Amino acid sequence: MDAIVLWLTSLFPQMAVPTARLIVHIVYAAILSFVAPVVLVVAFTYMERKVIARIQDRVGPNRAGPLGMLQGFADAIKMLTKEDITPAGADRIVYNLAPGLAVIGVVLVFAVLPVAPGVIGTDLSIGILYVVAVGGIGTMAVLMAGWSSNNKYALLSAFRVVAQLVAYEIPMVIAIIIVVLTAGSMRMGDIIAAQNVPFLFTLPVAFFIFFVANIAEIGRSPFDLLEAESEIIAGFHVEYSGMKFAFFFIGEYMHLFVSAGIATTLFLGGWRGPGASEASILGALLGFVYFLAKTVLLIFAMMWVRGTFPRFRIDHLLDFGWKFLVPVGLLTLVAVALVLKLPFLSSPVLQWVGLLVANVAVIVVALAAVSLAARRTRSVALRSVAGAER
Amino acid sequence: MPIDYLPILVFFVVAGLFGVIALTVPALLGPHRPSSTKLETYESGKIPYGDAWRKVPVHYFKVSMLFILFDLEVIFFYPWAVLFRRLKLFGLIEMGVFILILLVGYIYVWKKGALEWE
Repeated sequence: MDAIVLWLTSLFPQMAVPTARLIVHIVYAAILSFVAPVVLVVAFTYMERKVIARIQDRVGPNRAGPLGMLQGFADAIKMLTKEDITPAGADRIVYNLAPGLAVIGVVLVFAVLPVAPGVIGTDLSIGILYVVAVGGIGTMAVLMAGWSSNNKYALLSAFRVVAQLVAYEIPMVIAIIIVVLTAGSMRMGDIIAAQNVPFLFTLPVAFFIFFVANIAEIGRSPFDLLEAESEIIAGFHVEYSGMKFAFFFIGEYMHLFVSAGIATTLFLGGWRGPGASEASILGALLGFVYFLAKTVLLIFAMMWVRGTFPRFRIDHLLDFGWKFLVPVGLLTLVAVALVLKLPFLSSPVLQWVGLLVANVAVIVVALAAVSLAARRTRSVALRSVAGAER
Repeated sequence: MPIDYLPILVFFVVAGLFGVIALTVPALLGPHRPSSTKLETYESGKIPYGDAWRKVPVHYFKVSMLFILFDLEVIFFYPWAVLFRRLKLFGLIEMGVFILILLVGYIYVWKKGALEWE
């Protein structure tokens, strides 16, 4: 970013540095909010349809263009030329505002996402807190859409969304705090700099909680209760058509990318990798490639989860969030804080080993608690069955 | 520094512009032939029975109340986590006490059955 500003000012000597910086920011924002939606949605819908098709033993899209690669563009053109319907009973203003907010909420997160060395909208000192705060806009958009449609299914879906997003926000925040605790800063740049060993390897439990909570926050299968087709038709966007429907779609896929990008930054070391540096253009490009590769890997994992897990029931979903992820998260937080304070673990290597051991211990304890609880429920159920037979 | 937040304003304006353009242009591109059946609320082909804006028993009410409580408490972790290395042993003990109080409330909520689905 700074290099481009320098280059601009050398190109136009009469231009002041703040003006150049503003222009760079506007161009960057324009790329991310005009080009990124199209590219990301087309690329990831194609990838998703191919991956899911493989898992389900199908071929997937293969008609439009070579290997069906133009399918996404065909869909986009179809969406663009569809009739725009506002149902008669809907609350017009809120109904039309919701799809826009769904996209804006995600684009705003891009502002603090470090996609390559030195390339970031703004490296806020409260970067990760900002991500969580802006994430709330997406929830608002879904609630607005569900409420304003004046459709019972949409309303039901909106209620579910709020319960689900709210239940999974807390474990996600706890996982983020574990990272902040270990890195000692909320700034994205500092978090990346702290990962000489990616936090995936030192804080696997935090990564697991973040990953699961993230899938729930995007509302993807197996947490796709908000659009459970077999129960509530399409959910909150049942009344939307054409481009407004497409906007929710765009919002979902951009959210997928952004949250995988945040997970990459927090746990996989972001753009770090051999040869990636801020010093040269080649290094920056290499960093961007590393970032993209890690993010796509995470997105692939999410698609894999979607292809192989059945949908949760709403009470199981809330139980899993409140009764499993939250206590495990708190336990990990305490364990990590203890390890960071142990005096004999002062060298970094020892500290990494200590963190890993603490995380494994948390996993063992959590699994033991779950199996104990399961055994108790089973024995209660068996006893009641036996009683009924007698 | 407040200047750090300027790019966010830029992002907001540009993304809003994208929203406005991308939502109005297709609306003008597409056909526009409304009919009373088309504008009706879609509820799987059944004729909609009344409004959706009525009183409904909200199962999720307790969950949202709990969320507000827990989210507020979790917010206190942020500054602590950032300053953890500087706070020495005091920070650890202080947060231990805080988590203990949080835990008491959590166990109470669980035992009271507020996390159960009815």
